[in-house]
Amino acid sequence: MEYKSTAELSSLAEEENTSISEIVLKVEMEESELSRSEIESRMAANLQVMRDAVERGINNKIESGGGLVGEEALKMQSFLNSNPLEKDNIYNTVISYALAVSEVNAGMGKIVAGPTAGASGIVPAVVLALAEKLELGDEQIIKSLYTAAGLGYVVSRKATLAGAAGGCQAECGVASAMAAGAAVELRGGTPEMVVNAFALALKNMLGLVCDPVAGLVEVPCVKRNAAAASHALSASTMALAGIKSVIPADEIIIAMTEIGDQLPSCLKETSKGGLAITPTALKLKEEIFGKK
Amino acid sequence: MSIFEIMGPAMIGPSSSHTAGAARLGMMARLLFAAEIDRAVVKLHGSFADTASGHGTDRAVIGGLLGFLPDDERLKNSFALAEKENMQYSIEEIKLREVHPNTVLIELYNQAAAKELKMIGSSVGGGRIEVTEINGSSVKLTGRMPTLWILHKDRPGEVAIITSILGEHQINIAFMQVYRNRKGDIGSCIIELDQKPGEEVIESLSRSKDIFQVRYLPAL
Repeated sequence: MEYKSTAELSSLAEEENTSISEIVLKVEMEESELSRSEIESRMAANLQVMRDAVERGINNKIESGGGLVGEEALKMQSFLNSNPLEKDNIYNTVISYALAVSEVNAGMGKIVAGPTAGASGIVPAVVLALAEKLELGDEQIIKSLYTAAGLGYVVSRKATLAGAAGGCQAECGVASAMAAGAAVELRGGTPEMVVNAFALALKNMLGLVCDPVAGLVEVPCVKRNAAAASHALSASTMALAGIKSVIPADEIIIAMTEIGDQLPSCLKETSKGGLAITPTALKLKEEIFGKK
Repeated sequence: MSIFEIMGPAMIGPSSSHTAGAARLGMMARLLFAAEIDRAVVKLHGSFADTASGHGTDRAVIGGLLGFLPDDERLKNSFALAEKENMQYSIEEIKLREVHPNTVLIELYNQAAAKELKMIGSSVGGGRIEVTEINGSSVKLTGRMPTLWILHKDRPGEVAIITSILGEHQINIAFMQVYRNRKGDIGSCIIELDQKPGEEVIESLSRSKDIFQVRYLPAL
């Protein structure tokens, strides 16, 4: 069995009357020659790393490489703790978890790249916040991570996942789309809805450039993880309501590649354009690295 | 490709290319050297040099030299740990020609054993690496599979001897590269394997008369 597109992924799941996560798992078992339980325990280990990163980020000040971020999740958490009404809103949990993991990443802490380190806050924020809200167990969370991985895998076969080649749409955009698909599966949607959520999330992140201040994975990356994570949740809700992406997911992936190719290199992780060359960014760069 | 390359790997941030890849390059140099490192000179090129401290590239390379993998939390404190282990190190900048933007030249020394290693390697994206030069010889080493690096006499039939020893032990070759600097001199073979070779395989190879060095490099 194999899948090269999101259409194949959802039709395989529907033919076999199962979920996308189950198809992704079966293909991984075939490819890696590992058993179901071996793969489950590897993903469970990743899940633990994600949980630890969330815990660390929401409870501690993080010292990042450039010092441009480090207290955002902490601020969110203390705001939520003093406002019960805000705390009950799942969007706020998602934002705070995404900030937490991204800040841990910026501070040389341990994270799970998903699909990259720069976008590592998005998938964990969405699946962990949803699982808490819906009181779902680890088994279901792990399944949703297979779904996220399978969707990312399709992108990686057709396009790039590197900001240096495709811009931020290929990192935070793809992570948001992966998280949206995972969220639909956690919320009990069909394979078709999973693919639509993926499409809706990715479509609305097309064109996003990678222009980090001083070349660090801090600004705008940390807060962009929060934005992309809440965006994923919105896309999953639309898909669950039966809203479809007019442009099919697989065509959106191709569009993303074309847009990435057309983006000038100054907007692809070189820090030579966009936010990275604003007066404030240049000043910060000088403060951090000296006049190099 | 595995789903664990998409939802994974677990690693120390902030960047798969500038941190995880850098640690792997340090680790690869350590494995190639296979002796205690008294002194290490790390020369960073291109984007590695431009953003080294902000991305922890310098600390990650040193951590790799100390034997830490990309998910090891000790990477962050590798400078202090290097001092504890009496490994002297310096981080410098260099401009190399015709290399990937994320490239490092690592020189390792052990005075007592009069050993030296000079390795050039690049972090080519997503934490994947490519070692392109060892002691002046061009190579291509990725660390994705169990690998043997063998130095042997450059003579007819030598490569066949090596592959037949592997065959006798039921070890399947996935990729193989053969290099030499001068005809009749020392040949260098890099063999990427589907299986991990056992001690006995390495022993059989080492016993063969025209093989000078067998180095096993596990998948990183």
